[in-house]
Amino acid sequence: MTDSAALLNKHSFVELGARQRAKALLDTGTFRELLDPFQRIMSPWLARQGVVPQADDGVVIAKGSLDGLPVVIAAIEGAFQGGSLGEVGGAKIAGALELAAEDNRKGIPTRAVLLLETGGVRLQEANLGLAAIADIHAAIVDLRQYQPVIGVVAGSVGCFGGMSIAAGLCSYLLVTQEARLGLNGPQVIEQEAGLEEYDSRDRPFIWSLTGGEQRFATGLVDRYVEDDVARIRRQVGELLKQGLPAQQRSTQADLFLQRLARLDAEPQIDPATVRDLYQGERS
Amino acid sequence: MSSYSLRGLNWFNALSGDARPVTGLPASLKVADGFVGEQPARFIAVVADPDNRFVRARHGEVGLLEGWGLAKAVNDVIVADQDKLQKRALIAIVDVPSQAYGRREEALGIHQALAGAADSYARARLAGHAVIGLLVGKAMSGAFLAHGYQANRLIALRDPGVMVHAMGKASAARVTLRSVEELETLAASVPPMAYDIDSYASLGLLWETLSVQQIEQPTSADLARVIECLTQAIADVAHKGTDLSARLGAANRAASSKVRQLLREQW
Repeated sequence: MTDSAALLNKHSFVELGARQRAKALLDTGTFRELLDPFQRIMSPWLARQGVVPQADDGVVIAKGSLDGLPVVIAAIEGAFQGGSLGEVGGAKIAGALELAAEDNRKGIPTRAVLLLETGGVRLQEANLGLAAIADIHAAIVDLRQYQPVIGVVAGSVGCFGGMSIAAGLCSYLLVTQEARLGLNGPQVIEQEAGLEEYDSRDRPFIWSLTGGEQRFATGLVDRYVEDDVARIRRQVGELLKQGLPAQQRSTQADLFLQRLARLDAEPQIDPATVRDLYQGERS
Repeated sequence: MSSYSLRGLNWFNALSGDARPVTGLPASLKVADGFVGEQPARFIAVVADPDNRFVRARHGEVGLLEGWGLAKAVNDVIVADQDKLQKRALIAIVDVPSQAYGRREEALGIHQALAGAADSYARARLAGHAVIGLLVGKAMSGAFLAHGYQANRLIALRDPGVMVHAMGKASAARVTLRSVEELETLAASVPPMAYDIDSYASLGLLWETLSVQQIEQPTSADLARVIECLTQAIADVAHKGTDLSARLGAANRAASSKVRQLLREQW
């Protein structure tokens, strides 16, 4: 294939909205959305603050199959309120994961894929967003007893706040180069810690620390994939087939405490130091 | 007056009494094995460590060492009690001003450290441990998600210094493009945005709120009251199970129940 033909064959995943992403991952014809926008289950909190709510509250829940395996996909729409989670969107994700765990207890091997494009808690619904995210954490850990939970961080919104903790609880994580994964958004770190600590406008600096490539090189995610629908779909399918990992990343406290004990925490850190500390053999 | 809160430490010391301290953990974690009445329990608090190796985590913030340290402190209990009939209760004493904000923290994956803590607490619940969160000070954002929010039962002391929130006021104002004054006006009329404990209680997330005489340094009567409440909470968990469903049902959290009901119908 010539270069231009290859380019024409490539379909960006990042450019798709949440619903299209879920459709693109599921086997053709199996996509079935739950609480679709026509049911208009919207945030009860936004309108009174002068924010226009959205009919799906920015979260798409879809059931279907992926390579023949039963899955539920929860896809966050990064274009609505920065992918932030409020009460309804949060409950959609938590509730879907809870039902997937219940399926497994009844012998139905439902797996979950989370398409994470989110700044975390929606501050207009602050404490209800935070509570929903705690429920999501609980549900991931519950479901993970039976089936892998796969997190995909693809687009430029990245995955932050309480949902980065949710990502950390996933059995497997898949990222693109455009993705970022971190607890605190750059603006907030700059606000709390100062410009010298974290310059929120220095994009190369931010990607060098929290971007997909660095997260893969430091072993904090499992797959690093080009922004292409077919490739991402193939990798998600492979991860689903792998089943549960030998050890979930978030249960490796001893390993990470040993690594942190070896670090000289005095000097300010750079990306290479993290690579050496976490994944010496790969860098 | 200290530049950081001592509430968590003082309540830890009062509750753990002559309990056996657990060693081998970061200095910012206070952990001890003792009893709540007759019930064996592990008490866990995150406290300020002015000498913390990570400079952005010296005032009681939950950072890298704290996240992974909590993960270990809780996981060790799950493993040790695996085959025991009576499993230790886990009492998370919550006085956490925030997660740690810093370059080192992001670079080294603080999100993963906090996931480690949430993971252990959630697995403890699933393994049948009663996990109780006792809110004696701030319970903020990621710090609370890592230490306390996976509890079966949340108990808050009634005091203006006890607050749950997703983000400090200054940052929340910046991110939502509002002034702090505008934010406060909104918070007064939108319960989930408020910073006070009564508004939080209206969301149905608390199992109980308690008044005490001296929140900074509990009296013996305060201590007795809290121990009584912890005992009841542990009994309630034993009676009603270890999931988080007890948090649903409040009018101010009605949508959370409705979404679940509709999902179940359409599943």
